[in-house]
Order: sequence, then C-alpha cells, then structure tokens
Amino acid sequence: MARCPACASPRTVFHEELGTLSIAHMDCDAFYASVEKRDDPSLRDLPVIIGGGKRGVVTTACYIARMSGAKSAMPMFKALKLCPDAVVIKPNFAKYKEESRRIHEKLDRLTPLIQPLSLDEAWIDLTGTERLHGATPAQMLARLQAEIERDIGLTVSVGLAPNKFLAKIASELDKPRGFSAIGAAEAQSFLANKPVNILPGVGPATVASLAEIGLRTVGDIAAADLKLLANRLGSGGMRLHRLAHGQDSRIVDPDQARKTISAETTFNDDLHKREDLEDELWPLCEKVAKQARQEGVAGRVATLKLRTPDFKIHTRRRTLAVPTQTARTLFQVARELLSAEPRGLAYRLIGAGLTEFVDADTAGADMFADEERRALKSETAIDALRGKFGAAAVVTGRALKGR
Amino acid sequence: MKLTIERAALLKALGHVQSVVERRNTIPILSNILLSAEGDRLSFSATDLDMEIIDEGFAQIDVPGQITAPAHTLYEIVRKLPDGADVSLSFSGDDPRLVIQAGRSRFNLPVLPAGDFPVMSSDGLSSRIAVDTNELIRLIDKTRFAISTEETRYYLNGLYVHTVNEGGETKLRAVATDGHRLALAEMPAPEGAVGIPGVIVPRKTIAEARRLMESAGETVDLQVSPQKVRFEFGAAALTSKVIDGAFPDYMRVIPRDNAKILTLDNDLFAKAVDRVATISAEKSRSVKLAVEPGRITLTVRNMEAGQAVEEVEVDYDGEPFEIGFNARYLLDVCGQIAGPQAEFRFADPASPTLVVDPVDPGVKYVLMPLRV
Repeated sequence: MARCPACASPRTVFHEELGTLSIAHMDCDAFYASVEKRDDPSLRDLPVIIGGGKRGVVTTACYIARMSGAKSAMPMFKALKLCPDAVVIKPNFAKYKEESRRIHEKLDRLTPLIQPLSLDEAWIDLTGTERLHGATPAQMLARLQAEIERDIGLTVSVGLAPNKFLAKIASELDKPRGFSAIGAAEAQSFLANKPVNILPGVGPATVASLAEIGLRTVGDIAAADLKLLANRLGSGGMRLHRLAHGQDSRIVDPDQARKTISAETTFNDDLHKREDLEDELWPLCEKVAKQARQEGVAGRVATLKLRTPDFKIHTRRRTLAVPTQTARTLFQVARELLSAEPRGLAYRLIGAGLTEFVDADTAGADMFADEERRALKSETAIDALRGKFGAAAVVTGRALKGR
Repeated sequence: MKLTIERAALLKALGHVQSVVERRNTIPILSNILLSAEGDRLSFSATDLDMEIIDEGFAQIDVPGQITAPAHTLYEIVRKLPDGADVSLSFSGDDPRLVIQAGRSRFNLPVLPAGDFPVMSSDGLSSRIAVDTNELIRLIDKTRFAISTEETRYYLNGLYVHTVNEGGETKLRAVATDGHRLALAEMPAPEGAVGIPGVIVPRKTIAEARRLMESAGETVDLQVSPQKVRFEFGAAALTSKVIDGAFPDYMRVIPRDNAKILTLDNDLFAKAVDRVATISAEKSRSVKLAVEPGRITLTVRNMEAGQAVEEVEVDYDGEPFEIGFNARYLLDVCGQIAGPQAEFRFADPASPTLVVDPVDPGVKYVLMPLRV
C-alpha cells in the first residue's frame, strides 16, 4: 500500500489494481454518534456515547470518546469510568433509519447489487458498471463518499478489493473518512501477520482451537496442511484456508439483506426467576414476530440471548420444523431454550430473535404448519385491532403481568 | 491376486456397485472399489461412507487376494471391452498396479491397500424379512416422488418405512412428504416385520435399492436397526445408514372427513392440467380449480404469459368452490393413480386435500392447496 507522499496518509491514492477492483464495502464512521453531532453542532468537540441507561451497553462511541477507550458493546458504566465527561444520548433509531435510507438512495444510483449488512454498512458490487458510469468503480466510490459528506453531512469509509472479505478488511484500514484498496496480488502477504480472528466466523472458541495446533496468524493458516484444518474444523477449515489465501467466492447478494430480526432488554436489577425472565421474554417475542409479519418473512431458526452479570453472552438457537412469524411459536421455543439453561442463574439481559428467513407465504403453505397458521390468524387479528385502536387495545395476560 | 472372469459377470457386478462411488472425493480410497478373490468368487464392495453396496461373481481364482482400484475407471474399461471376452485381473507385490488384460488390451491401474478400505458393520440388524420384490417396488414407486430435497429438513430427505397396526392387521408402510404433498403406500406386513423399528431411508439409498431390484429375484431380504437398513438381492446387498431424526406425525395431516367428494377421469384431467400449466409462472406453477356440479374449470393466469382455461367433466354434485394447487404436484399425484379414475376429497380452499385411487386402497396422497 502506497502512502500519500504529501501527507503520509494511508488513504489510497495509487494502487496497481485500482482500475480493476470492483467489490466494495462501505461503512459509516461512528454512524449514530455522527448523526447526533450533525444535528447538534454544540456536541461537535465533546465525547458522545450513544446507548441506553446506566445498565445498558454502548451502541456507538464517537471518535473523541474512543480516544479514552470507550467502544461499542462495552457496558455503559465501564465506558463512563473511562470517559466520565461523555455526553450520553439515547439512540433514536427512527432518525438513523431515515439517514440510512438517504444514503441507500445514493447507493442505488450506482448499482442494484447492494447488500446491506446493517443500517450503516453495505457491500457494493460495481463489476461491469464502468461503461455505464464512464468512470471506474474507484472513481465512482470516491465521488459517492464526497457526495454523502456534502449532502447528508456524514462521513463514510470505503474499502475496495476483489472480494467481500478483503473489501471489509480494507474499509477498516483507514477509518474514519477512509478509502483503501487491497489487490488480489498483495492480499496474502497483507494478511500473513494478522491474527486469525480477523477472518469472519473465527470467534474465541475457534481461536483457541487453532492455537492448540499452533496456528495464530492468518499466514499460519495459509501455510497449514488443508487436511489438518479439515480434521480440526470440518468444512469450516477449508473455508478458512481459502480466506487465508485472500479467496472468497461469496457474491454480493441483495436478497440476502436481512439476516436476523431480534429484540432484547436489559433489566434494572438482575433477574434469576424463570417466571420473571419469561415475563420479560414475551413482549420481545411479540415485537420480533410483528416485525417479521410486517416484512413478510418467516424465520427458520429461533434464538435466545442471555447476558450474565459478568457480561458473558450466551446465545442458544434451534432450527424449527416450520419457519415461524408468530410470537406464540417463538416464545414457546425461546422458553424451552431458557429452561434448558441451569436453574437459578441471574441474568442482566434477555433477548429473542429469528434468523434464516424464508418467504412467509411458502412457509405458511406447509401441511405441518397448522399450529403456526392458527397462531398467525390470531396474531394478525391482534395487529389489526392494535392498528385501529392503539397498542393497548389488546394485551395478553402475560404482558400485563410484566408491567 | 490373480484371476480370470467373464466380461459379462464383471460388468454386471461393477455396474451394481460403482454408482455408489461419488465422482469427486476428498478421501482418495473412496473413489476405489474393493476387490476380494477367494474360493470360486470375486466379490466387489463400494461405499460413500453412508451406504455400501457389495456384489460377487464367479471367477477362476489362481491366487486369492484383495486390492482396491479406481471404480469408475475400471467400470469404463470393462464396459468398452468386447462382448464375450475373458478378463484377467492380477496384482502382485512386484508391480504396485492392478493389471487388467483381455485379448490384446492391457491396462495398469493405480491401487490402494485393501486394509485401508472402510467396511460398514452390520451390527444390531434385525433378522431377515423376506419382502415380495414387486410389492416393495410398488411402495417405493408410489411414494418416492414426494421425498423432500430441502436440506434444512433433513428428516424429510428420505422414505419413512415402518409398520402400523390398523384394525387388527399389521401393514408395512412407506411415507414421503416435503410439507407440500405427502404420499403413502402400504402392503400387508410380511412375516417377521412386526416390531421392526421405523426408519427414514435416505433418498440416495432408495434410488440405489430400486435400481438393484430390477435384477432381484422374487423376494428381497430386508433387515433394519434404528441406525441402519440392509437390502439383500441374492448375491448383491446394500447396507445404508438411515436418517437420524424424527419423522413428523403424518397421520395428523391426512384428512379423515373431507366431505366434498369428486371423481374424475384421471388421464383426461392430467392432460388438461398439463396443458393449462404451460403458461403458469415458473415459481408457483399455480393452477386454479373452480369446482361445480358436473365440471371443473381449470384456470391459469400469468401476468406475463397470458391466460389458459379448460373445462373437465367430473362426477360431483356438492356446493361450488374454488381451490388452487401447484400444477406439478397435481401431475405427480395423477401420475401415480393406477386406475382410470381418481377420487379427490376436499374440505376447504385452505386445508389439505386427499386423493385416493379407487382401485388401490393401499395408497393415499395429500396435497396442500395454494392461495389463489
């Protein structure tokens, strides 16, 4: 990677393959915090943390707050200890959604091949658009970056590479307001000394498993015997081997956009009683199921998330016989997952979610889905009543108890 | 190892076993078949680790022994040898290759040691149950089309073979479903079948077993355990793992008291469905049936491809109603009806429809309607 001769910034100004790379990853810089700072200029030079309540976690920390060590997913009290003068703002998701929509409007003008990862992150495939736009993907992306900054007032970082995996790594390289490229030729040498957890899907468990056989860097994996990896990690081992060589054949798939719908809540005081936890779980299931119905999808996998007082996260998942979009089914499964956990443990957070979506109409036409169909009928009826008379028009006994 | 065998016997046995060998394998020995020469027979064994097929043929054995060689290559070579040729196979420690000779042709194939070849154990299998071959063929042919290919519902990726006791009579029953349609076929339980565990036999195993039944005798010997199933067809035998999962409670979705009963000429109906389906949308293949006394009007409306309508005379005298189906599923079921007529029993446009064959009370089909 050539640094700028004038200012030594790693921002890419020249790259051998710059004219040919066409898969990009775009990521807004400290998205929620940046939106708040834009709307209230008095916050500009202050550390800003977006997150909920004293017991919540940091959703986003602005770059000033990050200098003191605060970062996203950190418990709020810890972040405030590191950065006591931070301005804490409760997230306003409606506002962020609107900004996300405005950014996507601009993206859509470049190509239909956009795969959103979250509100502020997306993969973009610009392959074959050069003649249409009269400019290379790199030029178009630089223009897009400038346009977003000018029209929306937010900065984004862009990574350009031959595939999704490298593009995502590239976009991290030069944040904020960055523009980096990783070419196919340099990919392997670039990755060689990076730790293995830079590879997608490698969490603490895999890191430990790889360390046991002496693999600590991406270069170690690239040089490792494929059989050894396959033995250790199954087909996932072969995937890592390809990634370690900078190879990733996943396509930018606009239909794969939505991966999960989930909701969670952090309690004011840790809860350990099954009934209390279940009371908290029900409204979350209602929320998730309603969202799924609105989007016309049904989830094949139900998930339960628990956070213990020492901030360890436990997630449990189960594949359903019939994909669901009802609170009843989701709650039933989440409750079973909960009851499989050891009794008496205290938790500070509970969450429920759906993932691996299929089209709801197809799922509903399944002959083994009769219970799901019945539940759906009553829940859509409740949706309609609430739409007409307000959310309080119909309240289940369980939700009432939770209040 | 040194032996001579007739090309026809060799080709037949290789043909039986080689199809289980996957074209591409990450473990090299799985591309091979095991050849074992002993007494007056050459036996053959091939596996994909989930399923194993063995067969044997008479041969003149000069030196007994065992070796493994590439299955598909060997099969192709033998297939191209002239009819009536005598084929000699030999392997000795001197040349680490299998030598195949017939007339003036000579091939050397790479080998792998026989000791490394995985052998499937047949522990825990039940005693042999002799099943009438034609009856077993009927069970498979009437149902296999409905086996699901959806990998996430792995427990539907096979044929559920089990026994049931209904009205004091025990039956051997096969059920397949993909959630959109269900096919059931049964036969009186053969001797020894009472009490065998119900097993989900994988689709590939069903296909291989069905192929081997073509050259089987009057009966096929069946053995099952909760983990495995074994079919014996004379000299050839197939052992396979079964799907480790619970088959859903299918009886719950078979309608019992659907009151709208309609009889139609199966062949005329199938042809009409096929015609109107020409313009149905690729994805749903949806066809609408407007049922009224004396006739069904089939309609397909497709935004891009236009519209098709056809009337079919039927025997029905109830209330008129409309219902939609996937045309392909409808045709699959019609294709299984043996008699001239099919009987449809409807409940309402959202509930499962039962289709029965008036000449074969041992089969039942359930179709899930589509929204139209």
